[in-house]
Amino acid sequence: MKLRSPAWRRLHDRGVKALCGLAAGGGCALLFWILLIVYQRGSQSLRLEFFTQAPTPPLAGAAPGGLEADFDFSVPEAPTDQRKGAAAAPAATPPAGGMGNDIIGSLLMTVLATLLAVPLGVLAGFYLAEFGRHSWLASAVRFAANVAFGVPSIIVGVFVYVVLVRPWGGFSGYAGGVALAIIMVPIIARTTEDMLRLVPDTLREATLALGATRWQTTLLVSRSARAGILTGILLALARVSGETAPLLFTALNSWYWLDLSSPAAFHQSFSGPTPNLMNQIYLDTTSPETWPEQIQRGWAGALVVTLGVLAVTVPARLLFRGRTHDAR
Amino acid sequence: MDQQVGTTRMAVVPATQSLGKRRARRFPVDGVARVVVTVAACAILVLLAAIFAAMYGDARLSMDQFGFDFLTSKRWNPAEGQESYGALSSIYGTAVSTALAMALAVPLSILISVFLVELAPRWLAAPMGTMIELLAAVPSIIYGMFGLFILKPILAESMGPWIKQSWLGQTFLFEGAPNGLGMLNAGLILAMMILPFLTAITRDVFLSVPRLMREAAYGVGATTWEVTRNVTLRYGRAGIIGACLLALGRAMGETMAVTYVIGNSNDMSWSLFKQSNTIASRMANEFMEATSRPLQLSALIELGFILLLLSVLVQILARAWMAWAAARTEGRA
Repeated sequence: MKLRSPAWRRLHDRGVKALCGLAAGGGCALLFWILLIVYQRGSQSLRLEFFTQAPTPPLAGAAPGGLEADFDFSVPEAPTDQRKGAAAAPAATPPAGGMGNDIIGSLLMTVLATLLAVPLGVLAGFYLAEFGRHSWLASAVRFAANVAFGVPSIIVGVFVYVVLVRPWGGFSGYAGGVALAIIMVPIIARTTEDMLRLVPDTLREATLALGATRWQTTLLVSRSARAGILTGILLALARVSGETAPLLFTALNSWYWLDLSSPAAFHQSFSGPTPNLMNQIYLDTTSPETWPEQIQRGWAGALVVTLGVLAVTVPARLLFRGRTHDAR
Repeated sequence: MDQQVGTTRMAVVPATQSLGKRRARRFPVDGVARVVVTVAACAILVLLAAIFAAMYGDARLSMDQFGFDFLTSKRWNPAEGQESYGALSSIYGTAVSTALAMALAVPLSILISVFLVELAPRWLAAPMGTMIELLAAVPSIIYGMFGLFILKPILAESMGPWIKQSWLGQTFLFEGAPNGLGMLNAGLILAMMILPFLTAITRDVFLSVPRLMREAAYGVGATTWEVTRNVTLRYGRAGIIGACLLALGRAMGETMAVTYVIGNSNDMSWSLFKQSNTIASRMANEFMEATSRPLQLSALIELGFILLLLSVLVQILARAWMAWAAARTEGRA
């Protein structure tokens, strides 16, 4: 090793320390910068109408169909004067409208995904931690869950397009929900397993020794791991509420409200292209610069999504943190 | 052991339980539960297999048409009648944008971890760590918008010209005029996105280094940086490499953010100012138009299949590496 003078070493050390501080400060500043930008730009058009109205299509006069054809995700052509006239025609509504329909669509798809993924994920976690443990099947499933966790979300979207959307004749909210569920399952399964593993084996041994069955033991153990399992579910939920890629080719999007008047009507409208925040934001913020109202609307949507995701993530983290401190 | 539990179940019944209740218990709850959880677990296996099978099945058309040329050709021509597709430019774009992101984010995450573990007082380290982790919670579309509306003008108007004027501007890496979109923007955005992920793992690796080793080094008079470089980093090297592999897998598959900023052109260039595309961004961009064109759709799905294989491979490598490293550390201890 090269011998350096103490002064050089001290100086060098100070320099590196300063760099470390800068990097850490920069990382935090980045978070604030992003949040600030989203807040500044989003709050401008976040009025009550944002939650109560559907978005006004860019060519309002010329888009009655609302079918797939309207949702070409390529960048739309800049509006000609004539089209601008058409868009301005329904003067009763403000130029951009809101994303109320998208919020409801996104929520419903997330609910569907949760209903599908939570039982499947938690039960698989039970298997991994309690029933299978060291069996070859458990190792294989654990491996598959890790791999599935690393599958890019756009691939999940394409997969659902291939197995659900195309054979069943169309984009639907159901397909969107399934795509999100596929992303959630491995996350929930792995966190459930990890959280159950934190429970000491003595509890299991005590329960089994009292004559409880494996299933009764599992229920008891999962009760002590409750907070951790819930955290896993919430984090999975937060992750999919911000996902766009898996919805591009599954739920697509729609300018209209889902029909919630009756279960049958709901099924009917949920079986078609379903409005969702993420795709609407993507469409709006990739509009040409000559359509500022739409870009504005996109930022407002981004603010809503960011707040929603943080509202799930932050309590989930606090929940878990509080729990581990108790355990220590 | 499980079987034993099953048979002793009936024998040990609390004395307070009536015979009737004992009969009612005969319904094999445990057996049914076992079957249900096993099925749920197998569903994950089936799902993964189905993803592979479906992607492969739909990529066949393009595989048969283009064969191995698909990997070596950069043509991408969806024009009717002369359709021809190759993956090279997408693979290149994915590789370069990911490499750039790693080159920026890995050193940064190590510096941040040193600060959080060695330098910062506790009251500061905890909230700072949380803030950096929260960067991971920001949806990827927000990063895309940030890149498009904030980073793009910065790159085009101040940072780009500044790089251009420095000696770097003369190198092949920064040829051409900076217009804000392209590889550099994508690399920066990707670096921001994997930073929290890398930092979280690197910090855990740092924390796992035995206190005794670090303190021994401090005891012989090493400075903080010397301890970090010669003890902490050396001890945690395996873990950090594993973290890098996992982050690499993430960066490769990132779709929306990259689609916003990479420019989506079919060009291949060394210059980081040039626009490009990645596998994921091309899929996001062209899939909808391609749904009515079987060959283009199949080519896109073959691209997706390549991405799937790559990310699964990286994932497997990372897990195997970490398992190996953990076993080695245990053996040494």
